[in-house]
Amino acid sequence: MALTIPVTLYEQLRQHGETTYPHECCGVLVGEFDEAGGKVVRKLMKCGNTRTDSPANRYHISPAELVRIQREALLAGHDIVGFYHSHPDHPARWSVTDLAEAHWTGCSYVITSVEKGHTVLTNSFLLLDQEEAKHFEDEALEIIEK
Amino acid sequence: MSIKILIPTPLRPYAGKRSIIEVTAQTVGEALSDLVAQHPDLRRHLFSEDGKLRSFVNVYLNDEDIRYLSKDATPVNETDIVSIAPSVAGGI
Repeated sequence: MALTIPVTLYEQLRQHGETTYPHECCGVLVGEFDEAGGKVVRKLMKCGNTRTDSPANRYHISPAELVRIQREALLAGHDIVGFYHSHPDHPARWSVTDLAEAHWTGCSYVITSVEKGHTVLTNSFLLLDQEEAKHFEDEALEIIEK
Repeated sequence: MSIKILIPTPLRPYAGKRSIIEVTAQTVGEALSDLVAQHPDLRRHLFSEDGKLRSFVNVYLNDEDIRYLSKDATPVNETDIVSIAPSVAGGI
């Protein structure tokens, strides 16, 4: 299983973290699940970070924005397949806070490290299991031309 | 009346793998009750043991958070859409 993303969207995702540096960026990945359990990203929905109290080390997507994105995706026959955010001057690994605040089992959580304003690494993590036993697993990120 | 509830990805396994479910209701509370009556496995994923919505579960009527409307008593109309969306957050 992998998260497949067109290179143009991948670059936009990575660039978003540079734009918001030293603050965290965040957004929603809209696309589709395939029968084998893989996911394909078709649209990148950039969101604002509502954690204005601590934007350098916290992110939160407005529920109103999330609901609107989900509604438009589902009514168009697409789906939310994951989310992304950046880690300014911090590794591209999930944190304890990332896991505690993750509730979308089956979805990808993509994290990009941005060091001194420049994007370094982008990794994807798949959230598995029910709330009480949830955990992240490393997930392959497949970047395609289109 | 019949209205639509949008089911987020993580709750689909408990909702017959469906993303849109029709329920019969006059209020948001009745809509959620009909939803869990149709799909009982959803109950513990939506509600805590005291019967309240779990803290990270957002329920919206169209573009409005029901917590800022009349909560469960919020009336619904035929064309309304109820959305369920767990929160998305994190940090270093």
